[in-house]
Amino acid sequence: MVEWTDFERATIADIFSKMSYETVGPAALTRCLIVYPWTQRYFGNFGNLYNAAAIMGNPNVAKHGTTILHGLDRAVKNMDDIKGTYAELSALHSEKLHVDPDNFKLLADCLTVVVAAQFGKAFTGEVQAAFQKFLAVVVSSLGRQYH
Amino acid sequence: MSLTEKDKATVKALWGKISKSSDAIGADALGRMLVVYPQTKTYFTHWSDLSPNSAPVKNHGKNVMSGVALAVSKIDDLTAGLLDLSEQHAFTLRVDPANFKILSHCILVVLAIMFPKEFTPEVHVAMDKFFCGVSLALSEKYR
Repeated sequence: MVEWTDFERATIADIFSKMSYETVGPAALTRCLIVYPWTQRYFGNFGNLYNAAAIMGNPNVAKHGTTILHGLDRAVKNMDDIKGTYAELSALHSEKLHVDPDNFKLLADCLTVVVAAQFGKAFTGEVQAAFQKFLAVVVSSLGRQYH
Repeated sequence: MSLTEKDKATVKALWGKISKSSDAIGADALGRMLVVYPQTKTYFTHWSDLSPNSAPVKNHGKNVMSGVALAVSKIDDLTAGLLDLSEQHAFTLRVDPANFKILSHCILVVLAIMFPKEFTPEVHVAMDKFFCGVSLALSEKYR
């Protein structure tokens, strides 16, 4: 059972309330596919991912980025049982999608960078710590059903 | 994952734009690291004050960034260029190399905060590769 301080709960709620899912999701996924190009292995059917410009203009990437962020929303709304909330999604990523769980951390790091750019100075060390703790719990929960 | 000529050019171009803010970048990255990754505080028990923007943190942030400046100038051969620093980290400071990744990440976050327009995905990948190269060069003399 993860212990959340009041500050952490408030910070996570605040960040996600101020976020445009349709902007941040695509930006984070796009960044991940560019900064860690091996992650493109999971998106063979997305069309043109040949270079940064193609990735940034790819509508499938944008759509999927938004989907991912809406998935994160479930954790935001169920912070006291992220593990349970993500049990099915974890099985999906393991058994159907065959995603190496190390990649979850890569996407999480890109999301942190995108959120940092959006929030600027407001993204203090304490805010970053709360956000990264949240993402670490998400990443761990998504890896839980792998076997 | 070695640096291509394009990567090196990207790193140098970004450094040209950000180097005058390097003290601020170093202070923020280091201060942030101590808060986000509290285990890193174990290396600084000799400091009176570990809070962000304290004198020791600001001062050390400057030191770190002068190392980064050196790395930029030696970007064509990081291993040779950072040999002395590697010896210092290996034999005197004995910082666990896992922490290089942690500080690199914090620097990248600060770049995103301070230079959101310049820190595009293409610049991000070049800088990430650069810091991986720096970390590797710093680890050279460890064993």
